[in-house]
Order: sequence, then C-alpha cells, then structure tokens
Amino acid sequence: MSLHEEFADDLALYALGSLDGAERQTIEKHLEECASCRRELELLRGDSSLLALTTAGPKPPARARQRFVSAIAEESKVSSRLPVAGATSTSERRRRSWWLVPGLVTLAALALVCIDLWRQNSTLHEDVASLRAQIADQGSKLEQANEVVATLLDPEATKIELVAVGNKPQPRGKAIYERRNRNLIFFASNLPPLPAEKIYELWLFPANGGAPIAAGLFKPDARGSATVVNPPLPEGVEAKNFVVTLEPESGSHESPRGTPVIVGVGE
Amino acid sequence: MSSVETNATTSDLALVTAIRSGDQGAMAALYDRFSSIVYAVALRVLQDTGAAEDVLQDIFMQLWRNPGAFDASRGNMASWLAVIARHRAIDALRRRRPQDDIEDVIVSVEPNLAVEADRSRAMDKVRGALQTMPAPQRSALEMAYFEGLTHVEIAEKTGEPLGTIKTRIRSGLLSLRKVLAA
Repeated sequence: MSLHEEFADDLALYALGSLDGAERQTIEKHLEECASCRRELELLRGDSSLLALTTAGPKPPARARQRFVSAIAEESKVSSRLPVAGATSTSERRRRSWWLVPGLVTLAALALVCIDLWRQNSTLHEDVASLRAQIADQGSKLEQANEVVATLLDPEATKIELVAVGNKPQPRGKAIYERRNRNLIFFASNLPPLPAEKIYELWLFPANGGAPIAAGLFKPDARGSATVVNPPLPEGVEAKNFVVTLEPESGSHESPRGTPVIVGVGE
Repeated sequence: MSSVETNATTSDLALVTAIRSGDQGAMAALYDRFSSIVYAVALRVLQDTGAAEDVLQDIFMQLWRNPGAFDASRGNMASWLAVIARHRAIDALRRRRPQDDIEDVIVSVEPNLAVEADRSRAMDKVRGALQTMPAPQRSALEMAYFEGLTHVEIAEKTGEPLGTIKTRIRSGLLSLRKVLAA
C-alpha cells in the first residue's frame, strides 16, 4: 500500500478535523478515489485516539449515569408500545385457485403499503421517543436552574454576608461571567443608599483593552443588596474586569463617567 | 426483558450484540465501562462539566439507538469512543452541528487495544512518548486535538510557518504510532 506523500500532512490534519476550506475539499475528493489514503486516515484516527486515551480526569458524576439510564428506559417504554407484526392466518392457503390471483395481487400491494406505513410509524415513534427523552432531560435541567435562580433572586431569601470579626461590612460585588453564552450574574451587597437622581451602573472591561461595555443599571434594596442577571451583552467578549460606578439616573451608556464604587480585583 | 450476563469479562462485542436486542442492562454495563473515557476527553476539550455531561449523554444515546455504528472488525470500542468524544466535544466547543455521523468514523489501532490491561500498558508508553516529544511539537498536537484549532490558527498563535505546523502534527501522530508498534 502506498500513501500519496503529497497528501500526507493534510491527511493528518484532516484526521484531526483541523483542515478547512479548499484544502479540506481537495483531500475529501482524493479520499473518495484512494483506498490507501482512506486506510491511512483510519490509522491516523487511531493514532489520535492514543492522544485522547491518555486523558485522565474525574469520573463522570453519578447524576450523569442516572440521566442516561432514565433516558434509555424511557425510550424502551415508548418503543414497546409500537405495534408488533402479528402472525397471519394460513388456513386458506391451500385452497388458492387461478381466479384468486388478481385478489392476491391487490392484497400483496395493500400489504406492501401497510408495511411501508408501519415503517413510517416506527420511525415517527422513534423520533417521538427521542424528543420525549430530550424534553424530559431539558425539563429536569431547567427545573434545577430555576431553583437556583429563584433562590438567588428571592427577595425573601435570607442574605447574610460574613466578614472578619470586628470589621465593618464594606460595599462588595461578585460578577460571575461566562463568555461563551454571554451569561453574567452579578451580586452586590452593602452598597450605600443612592443619592437623589443617581443610579449604579455595572461595566464590563474587555480583556482586549476595548471600551468598557455597559452591563446594567441597578438600584440596591434597603439593605444595600442588588442583583444583575444576564444583561444584554455583545458576543464573545472576554472580560478583564468589572466595575460599578455611580451615574446619573439615566445611566451613562457610552462610557463610565461617574465615580467608581466597587472595582473587580480578579480571582 | 432478557438481559445478558454482564461482568468484567463480557466482551464489548457481546455487549453490543445484547444492546442490539434492546438489553438495557448491557447498555448500562457498556456505559460503566467507557463513560470515564468519554467524559475525560469531553471535559479536557470543553473545560466545563455540564457541557461534558451533555456530550457523554449524546454519545451513549446514539450508541443505544444505533449500536451497529460500532464496527468491531475495524477497531476497539475504547479508541472509537475516544475519537467520537473528541469530535463531538470540538463540535460543541465550536457551536456547530456534528461534522460526522458516528458510523462514518472508522478508527484503526494496531495492535488492537480491546483488552483493558493492554490498553493501560500502551497508554504508559504513549504518555512517555508525549513527555519526551519536543515541546513545540506536543503543543501543536494538543492545540489541534484538544483545542480544535486549525493549522492556520495554530500558525497565527505560535508565529510558526504553516508548513512547520503541518509537519509537526503529522510527525507527532506518527511518533505515537511507532511507540505502540515498538
């Protein structure tokens, strides 16, 4: 077997999915025609699997197993309700005559139609089962997320900040930001009461040194606590820091103009 | 539902055969056998436990629905699942639809590492090879494999010529193959 050397490097990249554009199209076209390069691709994937298998990490959590086992049980339950092709009567088979042929042809055609409909039905059942499992799974995740968010945002929930003994509570904030999904949760506590016609504004300072991005206006409650959840943010911005400033009541959406009140110090 | 007698010595193929007939116990046994591999790879790529759990669920659900996707004559289950896990994790990282159907991914490893003890010995060798590999080569390989970067992105990141990156990745993969053949 001879590998085409001119494709060797690109084949390795293709095995890793690291090739795109015209180079990817060229190698795919070549692979359609070349069995030795297809075999080399399988071996390169095998080589790459060695890299993957060296990965060590924690075991998956028990909840992941429970989720999986529940999902396959649910799918099996739905599948078991599918119609089963039953046995057909054979008692009249030996009494066939030539004049029965047209009727039998019609029956055969009907049977084919029925089989086709049954197959379609099976496929639809499988799709429904899959969707049900996905819905159940998403529902469970959503419920957990809702519980967490409800607790965090519940004005009735007891929120107590712990500080070193003898220290006076200082204004504090905590921003939890996940760039990929643009999720931002921000909590502040012990903020001073707002002066008249003023408001607090949260700012995201991008890691690339770009202009600060307004991340929400907020007013603290009587105890100085406040929360900002998922303000509208542009896509893919890496955060370097977060700052809260005191701004005019309408906010300063272009750039912070007011006094910084609390400033991020990093993790 | 009848269930295949599953224990540590039940072959992967026997489990897959039982799964074909809808044996949930066999599927759970297969999950117990390989979920750590799939999760570890997904977590390494995604760096997010929730996203890694989603990949884990997705891959084993696909295997449950289509156990015939695994072709035992072309390789071992652990290597195949590791490659699928990496592909799916990179798809998730790049927020794109899966690039390959799982049955289209054929993975050949020689010698076959179907037995866990063989696999464990082989991994020791591979880890040793990675440790002795020149740092720029290992780094290029890991950026391509675990970060899903294209060779162009790696070249931009490292400031190295494209051809150098391509060659490093290929020779890095081949050096792992040689270690196993030795």
